Amino acid sequence: METLSYHHKVPQRAAGSKRMAIVGVVASGNLEVLVERVLPDTHCELDIKTAAEGFGAVWERVVADFVELRSPGGLRLSVNDGGARPDTVALRLAQAVRLIEELEP
Amino acid sequence: MSTAPIAKRDAGDQRKAVSWYEASARERVRLFLDVHSFQEFIGPEKREISPHLRTFNLPEQFDDGMIVGRGLLEGRKVFIAAQEGRFMGGAFGEVHGAKLTGLLRAVRDAQSIPLVILLDTGGVRLQEANAGELAIAEIMRALIEARTAGAKVVGLIGGRAGCYGGGGLIAGCCSALAVSEQGRISVSGPEVIETNRGVEEFDSKDRALVWRTMGGKHRRLLGVADMFVDDTIESFRLAALHLIRRSSRFDTDVLESEQLRLSQRLQQFGLCTDAIDIWRAAGIGDAEAIPGMATDDFIALANTIREPRYDAR
Amino acid sequence: MTLDEILSSLFPHGHDVGKDHGLVRGSGALAGGGRIQVLGVVDRTPIGVDEALQLSDWVLDVIAQGGSDPILILVDSDSQRMSKREELLGLNEYLAHLAKAVIHADLQGHATVGLLFGHTAAGAFIATALAARTLVALPGAQPEVMDLPSMARVTKLSIETLQEKAKSTPIFAPGLENLAQTGAVFATWDEKRPLAQQLQGLLDEHRAHHDQRAALGKERDGRPKAADIQERVHELALQAQ
Repeated sequence: METLSYHHKVPQRAAGSKRMAIVGVVASGNLEVLVERVLPDTHCELDIKTAAEGFGAVWERVVADFVELRSPGGLRLSVNDGGARPDTVALRLAQAVRLIEELEP
Repeated sequence: MSTAPIAKRDAGDQRKAVSWYEASARERVRLFLDVHSFQEFIGPEKREISPHLRTFNLPEQFDDGMIVGRGLLEGRKVFIAAQEGRFMGGAFGEVHGAKLTGLLRAVRDAQSIPLVILLDTGGVRLQEANAGELAIAEIMRALIEARTAGAKVVGLIGGRAGCYGGGGLIAGCCSALAVSEQGRISVSGPEVIETNRGVEEFDSKDRALVWRTMGGKHRRLLGVADMFVDDTIESFRLAALHLIRRSSRFDTDVLESEQLRLSQRLQQFGLCTDAIDIWRAAGIGDAEAIPGMATDDFIALANTIREPRYDAR
Repeated sequence: MTLDEILSSLFPHGHDVGKDHGLVRGSGALAGGGRIQVLGVVDRTPIGVDEALQLSDWVLDVIAQGGSDPILILVDSDSQRMSKREELLGLNEYLAHLAKAVIHADLQGHATVGLLFGHTAAGAFIATALAARTLVALPGAQPEVMDLPSMARVTKLSIETLQEKAKSTPIFAPGLENLAQTGAVFATWDEKRPLAQQLQGLLDEHRAHHDQRAALGKERDGRPKAADIQERVHELALQAQ
């Protein structure tokens, strides 16, 4: 198992006020992303746990692209990866942010 | 849980459109209950993961594949538990099982709040086999205590993992069960029977055989399940409402009735070698047509053969 | 110990336990007075629909007779019977029904004790030994959830790898020690001492109705999380009403 952690400073906080959201399932080719609004507005953190070792460079790039695209300020995203492809990872990260940005009921 | 605001009418539409089989456990819970009524106990943010999977270099899931909580069903309080069949095959591990055991003890103590269990499991999680087996035993004990206290426990089966192994025994302890075409209920799985007894005994690759033997339609006709439903959230929701509204006791009389029911089943069908023979013996003219029958036709036919019974089990 | 030796040591003043097709039934006098009802599976017999139905019938007989005779469940079984016929007929219901009957008998005042003296596995284990309120074993008993070769096949790990991992955790491998450490087996009896005394001692303890196996597993460092998670969910659910 490999754990990877990335911190980014971002220009803008993620919209909305929800404290928590979760997407995905830990299965082969899939992953779960737990997102929590627990950081200062211009900070973002991604903590990844994966059984597929040695893909640090790929994760770094996917995360960097995601952060630049979404500016997920204030969010910690925690990932349990079941061996997903980069595009699936990108999709789930985006889904997680979309979910936490949704208006409260 | 995070969801977009959903009007009641939209919720109904969504329930009818979403496949139970395709949905994740979380999606099932969200759509099954009244909109925005779900409250989770020890949710994923608590990160109560399995302490054992790391021994096998296997990834964990934050809820360990078991969601427990409470919510409303047509305004009525229910407890709910849901297994994620795609995480470790929905199998019972230490934390996964303990969540359901704790919930059942609350069901026992609260007495009048029913529990709906969304079963989706291959049985015991081998990497934690002893904990999984014990969890199942503890769940069964807690379930019977809950039913003895007068509570109702309804099982819903229609997910990818089916309801196998110890899960099948838990299902057999429920007050009532609803199953879809995709649902399967069995103790030994097809591969295990084939490995132990040979392909002549059971060809695990013969999907039609697997479904005839263990699948939802056969289970409904045999009486292992009480209701057969469509593969939608809405169908399962309506079935659960129906089953919760039925009275359900658990006492010595019920066990005596069950003893009789199970004994009669052996007398009637004990020499049958295939489900087709059982269906014919049960009075179905065109038994071969059963697997291909549409849901409504099948339910109507099943009701002429065997009305769901609520005095046994 | 053979079955006869076990029965003689349990019931020095005699018993009427007989065997038929791998199942046993009868009763014996207790050291402290009264009788105990005996039933079970022996000779490593698999438990299928017929066996389960017979055993549950006997349990219901004990309940029907009233009184409060405890029930001793002797276990030396195979796993559940693995066959097309069993699953075709709904084996899950037969095994569940047996477990229900045992648990119900216990809740109705017939203390249930499981005595594992041989083998048991999987579904048979759950429906018999693990359905009893208290499970004890004799040395040499071999409980398992799944045998290692099958586990190796399913997990795609070698038997050697599994054996190596099993050295550092009791959580998955077969064996009496592991099932004791995780809380399934309450105690292993001493076969050099009269079993009658040990049985009476167990019954005299008046062990509580509530399931203590998770607490035992925590105490013995076998299952570190189950008891706490059970309790926390229980509390949260009751508060939420």
